[in-house]
Amino acid sequence: MMQAADTKTVIVEREMPHSLEKIWRALTQGPLIEEWLMKNDFKPVVGHRFNLRGDWGAVDAEVLLVEPNKALSYTWDAMGLKSVVTWTLTATSTGTNLRMEQSGFRQDQQQAYEGAKYGWQKFFAALERVAGGLS
Amino acid sequence: MHAEPTAILKTLSDPTRRAIFERLSRDGEMTVHALTDPSGVSQPAISKHLGALKLVGLVRGRRDGRETYYSAEPKALAPLIDWINFYSTFWNSRFDRLEDLLKRMDQ
Repeated sequence: MMQAADTKTVIVEREMPHSLEKIWRALTQGPLIEEWLMKNDFKPVVGHRFNLRGDWGAVDAEVLLVEPNKALSYTWDAMGLKSVVTWTLTATSTGTNLRMEQSGFRQDQQQAYEGAKYGWQKFFAALERVAGGLS
Repeated sequence: MHAEPTAILKTLSDPTRRAIFERLSRDGEMTVHALTDPSGVSQPAISKHLGALKLVGLVRGRRDGRETYYSAEPKALAPLIDWINFYSTFWNSRFDRLEDLLKRMDQ
């Protein structure tokens, strides 16, 4: 976890004993994405808008960057949070280093949801939008 | 103790459960009977929903004589309100699933 001036970032990074090409497929092919992330209508095309739907919530997204076997980036909007998810693949001697960075956790967004504790109407309206689409 | 964010969201994805939690949040402590009256949902169904809400810590039950009084625990929503924690947990579990998938895939 890192902290920039006014936004925060979640970073998860792992060394994997698999080829760049194989990991790229898992990150960019809809049926494979569904197996580890969520149901989706993803396409590896810049500008493509798609949704991710889990049993817990839905995400609106748009593809920002596609560099095969190297980098993938898309927006990630859910429950009032606007963020960007960026995947970076780097070849290592034993496979691939996979890094996921989700950025854009602005301080005011954190506070908006802290405030939700005292503003039930607003909180439930947001919850309704996210969770309601699933039932 | 906090439940997994996704478990909380999953619990609240049911509209009846969401309505129960919202009502307890607004109106305070209530019995199953009081919750049952206006909703048109049967008492066993309401009890089942309360059980699910209790499981993730969103609702607490206090026994008084023959009645149990239920109240909302807004603090249980903390994992949803803290996005950084939410997504750290979320992505780590998704990386686990991705690694499982990669093991099953052909080269």
